[in-house]
Amino acid sequence: MKTVLAVLTVVVTLIGIWYLACVPMNIKGVLDAAERAGEQVTPATARERRDASALGLVAQNSFAIPRVWSVERPRLPAPHQVATELWDTTVMKKITSKRSLIYHAQVTLSATLMGFAIGTGLGILLAVGIVHSRVMDMSVMPWAIVSQTIPIIALAPMIIVVLYSIGVQGLLPKAIIAAYLSFFPVVVGMVKGLRSPDHMQLDLMKTYFASQGQVFWKLRLPSSMPYLFASLKIGIAASLVGAIVGELPTGAVAGLGARLLAGSYYGQTVQIWSALFAAAILAAALVALLGLLEQVLLGRMGVKP
Amino acid sequence: MTLVFLALLVWIAGWWINARLANGPKANTRAVGLLVPAIFGLTILIVWELLVRGLEVPLVILPAPSLIAERFASSLPILWADFSQTILKGALGGYVIGCGAAFLTAILVDRSDFLRRGLLPVGNFVAALPIVGTAPILVMWFGFDWQSKAAVVVVMVFFPMLVNTVAGLRETDQMQRDLMRTYAASYWQSLFKLRLPAALPFVFNGLKISTTLALIGAIVAEFFGSPTVGMGFRISTSVGQLALDMVWAEIVVAALAGSLFYGLMALLEKTLTFWHPSQRG
Repeated sequence: MKTVLAVLTVVVTLIGIWYLACVPMNIKGVLDAAERAGEQVTPATARERRDASALGLVAQNSFAIPRVWSVERPRLPAPHQVATELWDTTVMKKITSKRSLIYHAQVTLSATLMGFAIGTGLGILLAVGIVHSRVMDMSVMPWAIVSQTIPIIALAPMIIVVLYSIGVQGLLPKAIIAAYLSFFPVVVGMVKGLRSPDHMQLDLMKTYFASQGQVFWKLRLPSSMPYLFASLKIGIAASLVGAIVGELPTGAVAGLGARLLAGSYYGQTVQIWSALFAAAILAAALVALLGLLEQVLLGRMGVKP
Repeated sequence: MTLVFLALLVWIAGWWINARLANGPKANTRAVGLLVPAIFGLTILIVWELLVRGLEVPLVILPAPSLIAERFASSLPILWADFSQTILKGALGGYVIGCGAAFLTAILVDRSDFLRRGLLPVGNFVAALPIVGTAPILVMWFGFDWQSKAAVVVVMVFFPMLVNTVAGLRETDQMQRDLMRTYAASYWQSLFKLRLPAALPFVFNGLKISTTLALIGAIVAEFFGSPTVGMGFRISTSVGQLALDMVWAEIVVAALAGSLFYGLMALLEKTLTFWHPSQRG
């Protein structure tokens, strides 16, 4: 209860700061519009205002303050503007409409999920290989760790164009980038998890005369689950970033990344912010879903919270 | 066709050497531990080269490593300019500002239990979000030059660093804090002598996570607009010109910079937290 209250306070404070920040960010645009409408503005010309400090302008033109929260194309849209836009483009539009955020989110989501499935599947397979083969462990594992320090995302534009030139387009290129990003966290986490049984437990399996397959299915795999879920959560967030970034270089017309790009080309700040929040909500929902799955699965396996 | 066959042969030979080394008597020595991945990497490079030549893969799909190395060596000035624009100015500038700000905020937050309770869940939540998406907004605010890239990096590294530092400052247990109290240590004394040192492993964890995030932020932000220099700019324009050897050369630079940056942090961690169990092993 205390935590909920604290979190609420922090969130409310952040929104308050956001509203306050709108004032100096948007004041110049508001004053320019007011001057065009023939109102008295100090200093009178746009050139003088350009070099003036934003806070000074606010102090001199206090009549304009209420307008900064309802500008058409603000530098910083107010929270309620973003919320209205989100509401308009999700609930009020048909899902099939090109202007519906749900449509765009679903395009990105399908690439994310497909890539996540591929990346996780391959990652788990490689991890199983690494745990059971010393050669693979010593050869591949250092590279898997090093590759985590590399900004893999730099590869994204190239992957898209190369796949395009050999005739693959649409969902798959984005999914490959998403897969690539979720692959390494899963490998590293899963290897850690499969190695987590200690010597006592492994020795016990040996005294039962368990085969390697039995050790894997009955001991290693169950005990790797907490580690797996921890890296799955990282992996799905990375997949989403990959899918969004994968939409940037091709000039894709659908998807949250495409919305971001189009918004930044045409100066539609409210659209950028709403796409950003849609992406954030999507990420949070995916992570929360995995968390729920983790709780149910670990609960059924008898892990005490 | 012979080249493809040769590639297969090299692959088998490389694997065989590694299998001998990894299952041999000296498998646990440090030298073998370094040698095996090196051989594996080298094998992949040779196989790549042979396959590209043997199958005559066009340049626009996959350039051979030798071609990439050639391009790397011949365009060092361009690569250096891109490196200093993106890594030294954008990524490093943002990294220092973002991590510094997060560190100071964490110390402030730590003084109030209420704030900590409220900020930690929010910080954890934000750390999982696709923050690169703020890049178009920040590019709009701060212009096309490196300042906007640094701003993206600041936003990206702030929350992971904050969460880690706040968690680290909680690391000391009641006994240790009580001991400082019996010494009549002031808040600052117990902060500098007890709690900050105890927090260092967590701080370095945050710093290490942030190195990769910083590079990603700086490179991706350039996809949304940049001056005519920078790694992200070079990658996106070279892809447009189908000059894939240049793209790969930039990726090599990014990989080297990323590993070096991470390595430096790991080294610093090793010298500063030599007392921690994870470093004594």
